[in-house]
Amino acid sequence: MTPSGLEQLLAAKEIAVFCGSGGVGKTSVAAAAALGAASRLGGKVLVLTIDPARRLASALGLDGLGNRAHRVDPKLLGAAGVEPRGELWAAMLDTKQSWDELVARHAPDEETAYRILENRLYHNLTARFVQSHDYIAMERLYEIHSAGEYDLIVIDTPPTRNAIDFLEAPARMAEFFGGRLLRWLTLPYRVTGRRGSRVLNAASRPFYQIADRILGSKFLEDIAEFFLNFQSMYDGFVGRARAVEALLHDRRTTFAVVTTLEAAPLHEAERFRDELVTRGFHLGALVLNKTLPDYLLDADGKAAATELTEHAAAIAAGPDVARDRRARGRRAHRPRAADDRGVVPELLGRRTARSGAARRAGERPRRRRARAQPRGGRERPRGPRGDRPAPLRRGVRGP
Amino acid sequence: MTGPAPDLLERRLLFFTGKGGVGKSTVAAATALLASSIGKRVLLVEVDAKGDVPAQFERPAVGFRAREVHPGVLAMAMDTEESLKEYLRLNLRVPVLGRVGPVARALEFVATAAPGVKEILTIGKICWEVREAIEGRADFDLVVVDAAATGHVVAQLGAPDSIRELVDVGPVRAQTEWLSQILADPAITAVNVVTTPEEMPVAETIELVARMRERLAVPLGAVVVNRVLPELFTHADEEAFEALRRPEVAQRLERRAGRGTTAVLDGARLAVSLRRTRAVHLEHLREAVDLPLLYVPYLFVRAHGLRVTRMVADALGEELGL
Repeated sequence: MTPSGLEQLLAAKEIAVFCGSGGVGKTSVAAAAALGAASRLGGKVLVLTIDPARRLASALGLDGLGNRAHRVDPKLLGAAGVEPRGELWAAMLDTKQSWDELVARHAPDEETAYRILENRLYHNLTARFVQSHDYIAMERLYEIHSAGEYDLIVIDTPPTRNAIDFLEAPARMAEFFGGRLLRWLTLPYRVTGRRGSRVLNAASRPFYQIADRILGSKFLEDIAEFFLNFQSMYDGFVGRARAVEALLHDRRTTFAVVTTLEAAPLHEAERFRDELVTRGFHLGALVLNKTLPDYLLDADGKAAATELTEHAAAIAAGPDVARDRRARGRRAHRPRAADDRGVVPELLGRRTARSGAARRAGERPRRRRARAQPRGGRERPRGPRGDRPAPLRRGVRGP
Repeated sequence: MTGPAPDLLERRLLFFTGKGGVGKSTVAAATALLASSIGKRVLLVEVDAKGDVPAQFERPAVGFRAREVHPGVLAMAMDTEESLKEYLRLNLRVPVLGRVGPVARALEFVATAAPGVKEILTIGKICWEVREAIEGRADFDLVVVDAAATGHVVAQLGAPDSIRELVDVGPVRAQTEWLSQILADPAITAVNVVTTPEEMPVAETIELVARMRERLAVPLGAVVVNRVLPELFTHADEEAFEALRRPEVAQRLERRAGRGTTAVLDGARLAVSLRRTRAVHLEHLREAVDLPLLYVPYLFVRAHGLRVTRMVADALGEELGL
């Protein structure tokens, strides 16, 4: 897709979700797409990153973005040579804060909200365990979209090993809180009160006996209390999760799959593309990142490279020597003209004389082989030399 | 720096983490291959069971039961459900768990829902295998883990501490203590970070090392810098390339070597600038991280497989002075 194609897509949508496997440059591509939309399409554009590694800040040259959106300083963009027609805003996902807000919104009363927020399990769930990113990211997207402040929201996705996880997050969350198993698990506590003596029914007794032995009853009480309180938010929560899912399926939402042309990310991108289509999401774009320039495929370039590496000395020595060689003796060696012994022979001569790599390349018949020098690790990559900074290998085996 | 890197293979438990896409699985597999080449037997654990690890040996995906994927290298894929069943069988002598079906399901449910349970089942299984190896009951000497990515690994390694905060008494609490001891012992454990000489992977590596030191008592081993471009050109070469671009020179060069010389010089410029920007990121990494760096060259190959794993193992072996 051409950049203008991506522009057209973003002009027609309100939400663009950028996804792909780790390391393909999703965050940077999402930020660039948002910047492109803000500068050429105008309007108010938000880029929302939900990556716990907090990379958007560095990609945009910003630091300390919180849950609240901040406008990217037009002066900063101006300094980078961009004069946007619209406004670029950026936000990161603060998982803990987003969960707290969600609880405050859905809890039936303040006391329940307080009990949930103070529960130790809740602290762990929200602060430490990144699986909760998947859901809360989509929830936050819904929240921002509903507020209607932005013309376009560009969202970067969490670095899950399985890029599809976040698509299922709302449904999983709804299933989790509506599940029969959860009700069954919290049953003894519902019957007898949170801290009351436990009169267990026959079905759940073995579970509690085992769980008691493994985890201790206090932990179990914490779990039960947490789930009991969370269940009080069930209706609001499930309704919300369904709304989030509907939004992802909405025609105003599009997905862009980002990949590089390496085997593993490409494989993941193909899988992701298929999943999106199967599940009825709108696949708007495939972004191929980090592609090499076309001139590397240039046939003349290849011929010239072969010529330069195999006959460097001959080319340096005089005019048309290479052509003579190709003519295979049809013509006698032409005498050198004085003006041809200028800078070219000198430069080529110096290069062949001083560069070990170039010498090795010259010895090998094909350029491709020369590039593959560090085969088997026998050739160690070397660091900057001479006038450049300290050697690459400093600190490995030195004193 | 005479850091802990040279004795890396003398330890019992090596984790490999890093940003997604930097080559964690390849480096973990290569380390296992290297250890097997010096006569050790290795258990290679794949935490995100996607089959990436056996693929490095050109073998089909493995399950929870370890299987030999290469002489001296056993591989297994982590499965928290299986891990839980094994735990219950070993620790509680719960007879046939299948007969108490609802109990098993409820425990699975808790494992998915309760925070940290998945992580502790992963770390618990790994440490258990390490203890078996140390006490001579296992048929391997070293456990190499293709661990979670930078975003998840602190939660994973910190799981015993998290559980200890949640669980006040009982056998689980006691067990988290020996897990923590294994994880914190620098003679046993090392967490290694894989990165590439690019901006984001380097930034994440620096951030992860700082976060690990702040939050965990788990010793750090080395930083493996993957895909380091070979230095094809000297500074003098670079100057020569630029001089060859001068219009009058370029014209004459084209007459002698053919029309494609501009493309060749563009390619040379690209190679030089790629190498140079990567050198800047490496410099940043060296300044910010006080750990031994092991370099693995960029391999110009099409697909991963045993050949590539062997190349990376050779590179690591050379870096470790083997």
